[in-house]
Amino acid sequence: MMELVCPAGTPAALRAAVDAGAHAVYCGFADETNARNFPGLNFSREEMAEGIAYAHARGAKVLVAINTFPRAGDQPIWHRAVADAERCGADAVILADLGLLAHAAERHPGLRLHLSVQAAAANPDAINLYAEAFGVKRVVLPRVLTVEEITAINREIDVETEVFVFGGLCVMAEGRCSLSSYATGLSPNMNGVCSPASHVAYAEQSGAQEARLGGFLIHRTPKGAPVPYPTLCKGCFTSGEQTGHIFEDPVSLDATRLIPALQKAGVRALKIEGRQRSRAYVGQVVRAFCAAVEAADKGQPMPEGLLAKLTEGQAATTGAYAKTWR
Amino acid sequence: MMRHDLIAPLFSAPFALAPLNLALSRLMRRIAARHPGILRRLGPHGQARILIDVPDAPVLLLMQPSGQRLTAHRRTAPPPGSDATIRGRLGAFLAMLHGTEDGDALFFSGELEISGDTAAVLALRNALDDAELDLTEELATLGGRAGPALRRLSGIVARRSGLVLSRPEIF
Amino acid sequence: MDLSVGPNAFFWSAETVRDFYRALAETPVQRVVIGEWVCSKRLPFWQDEIPGAVEALQMAGKEVAVTSLALITLRRERRQTADLAEMGLPVEINDLSALHHIPEGAPFWVGPVVNVYNEGTLEWLARRGATRICLPPELPLASVAALARAGHAAGVAVEVWGHGRAPLAISGRCYHARLHDRAKDSCQFVCGDDPDGRDVDTLDGRAFLTVNGVQTLGRAVTTVAGQIEALRDAGVASLRLSPQIGAFPEIARAYAAALDGAPDLPGTLARLMPGAEFCDGFLAGQPGVAQVALG
Repeated sequence: MMELVCPAGTPAALRAAVDAGAHAVYCGFADETNARNFPGLNFSREEMAEGIAYAHARGAKVLVAINTFPRAGDQPIWHRAVADAERCGADAVILADLGLLAHAAERHPGLRLHLSVQAAAANPDAINLYAEAFGVKRVVLPRVLTVEEITAINREIDVETEVFVFGGLCVMAEGRCSLSSYATGLSPNMNGVCSPASHVAYAEQSGAQEARLGGFLIHRTPKGAPVPYPTLCKGCFTSGEQTGHIFEDPVSLDATRLIPALQKAGVRALKIEGRQRSRAYVGQVVRAFCAAVEAADKGQPMPEGLLAKLTEGQAATTGAYAKTWR
Repeated sequence: MMRHDLIAPLFSAPFALAPLNLALSRLMRRIAARHPGILRRLGPHGQARILIDVPDAPVLLLMQPSGQRLTAHRRTAPPPGSDATIRGRLGAFLAMLHGTEDGDALFFSGELEISGDTAAVLALRNALDDAELDLTEELATLGGRAGPALRRLSGIVARRSGLVLSRPEIF
Repeated sequence: MDLSVGPNAFFWSAETVRDFYRALAETPVQRVVIGEWVCSKRLPFWQDEIPGAVEALQMAGKEVAVTSLALITLRRERRQTADLAEMGLPVEINDLSALHHIPEGAPFWVGPVVNVYNEGTLEWLARRGATRICLPPELPLASVAALARAGHAAGVAVEVWGHGRAPLAISGRCYHARLHDRAKDSCQFVCGDDPDGRDVDTLDGRAFLTVNGVQTLGRAVTTVAGQIEALRDAGVASLRLSPQIGAFPEIARAYAAALDGAPDLPGTLARLMPGAEFCDGFLAGQPGVAQVALG
């Protein structure tokens, strides 16, 4: 059966994911070493050890994301995170930076390494490079590939692949985007944040609601209508005669119906995005995807409408997995 | 006896805020003591003064987590200098407090409107989500004069609003 | 500190490419990276210009390297990347997978869209044969200085993004095609209509970004015009200038003059690029779009 890898931004969410049947949970330390360095989220060392014990007692794995790019001069912060993850009993660490991978492979030979989506390894040559150089065992594929391309990649590599099936959707190659730091000074790669809340301002302006990021107007909606969070690449802009979502509509990824195709493509694990989401959300999504993965394993059709409530009011897309998205 | 001195303020005006504020303060300190993780998660965002505005309620609430302060203010005299405002139906606040609905969904579907320091509000939401609070349970542990009073108040609020003030089982 | 010219990001006609490199050969830059780094579909339209341009540049005494694509996904693109290593020029890798095609220990350069954020990564690349690294534009000066030091120790020349619209993102999706209601595979090469990229403004009319096919750039021209001394002090080996339509040879000369001590580079740039906005926030640890040392 494909492994279901579920998000946890807090110990409560980790317990919710494990209780709902997650095969593996991914989470990070409460600092800039992980790519969801959001206010109020993530794990202290003690919480990580407790969370891992909780998961292991119930047969689930914990993968620790240390997937930002260490700051020059401050690499020990990231090195300590890797050492602490191993000490806490992590089943693997999810890394993106070449230097950190080299460090982990050399200093922590017993620690299983996964390649983060932030490394943007989008073809077999890149994946094989990471496998040969650092002994990476699994690669999280960037969300720029079609199912056909994933199938082809799996034929040429010797490591496991993990793909995103649900949640937020990056439209840019992950780990290679500085849009956020251009507008706010803070980036996913350096600070573990994208379009950070600290630079968001909501305001009412002549009867409309505006959401700004770093002073740039990202959304404007009539009063009373929902104002989306001003994530830069999901914003509404003008180019020439056209006004709209130039990069991506404010949609989220739902590849439920592609699960059988992804299984056939040789994908080992399915990943759910959303370490910033609540424990209620995590529990519901995990429960639904457990049912879907089990159905796929038995060759049954995907259960319908499982996640209708969670995507209600928000359009869903199969993203890059379908070629027409490009 | 139904309209006890602590309950009456919410539903009739003019009224004295002092007794209500006393009870709210005790509730806040109680929660902080029972759930130290909330303040730890908030970190520097705990300093933020967050105004809670339920449009149907006659009072505004001002919370400052690290000071363990929660105070009621008349709408005619809103407190100056809040860092952020969360505005929405009581049900939406309870859903956030109890973690029964996703904060992202509540905020960005417009159920709860935020203005001001968005990071502080998100930190609060995340910290509350981890704490697995149950308002009824918190009220139940509150002793003294404030406890029974706030419990009666919550009963009235629950009946009037049709909302459940306990954390429902969500799974 | 000297000057390097990066690969052109935009889709130019063969004739424009020819004229550009002919003029560039006359400028006081030390090295040039040439090749297609944004979209493989563009290459057939101008690749015949590459040999002549390389020859002209080398005749003029410039070092020349050839770039890989910034995002390599298709089989055809992987084959093209393998071919680069056969050209007899240093390869500048702008997608890490290009390294797979370079023999272990053979020298190569690293471009600005490969993530080199720290000493560990620089040292690993140096062990693999990297001799030049252009750092990601978003890095602050403290990181640049630490990496320049590590570069000295490891025998790697460190470049910074000196002038041009900063490359901010690369995607599987083509935004140019999307703006024309087309998919990437049936784009009909609409990005060729915008040799300087296509403007993206906020709803309240503020200039913000530039789309260039699958690439997104900052609209403002990032420039280190006000930070040259700080970069020199940090031990930076070279400033990278990124091609744009317009007075590029004059811009290169202005930077060369500034490196020799000529005053008021910001003023000169403003005259050479009328209507352009400039920014320099990244090096100062501020939003990239900010103006910090300019003015």
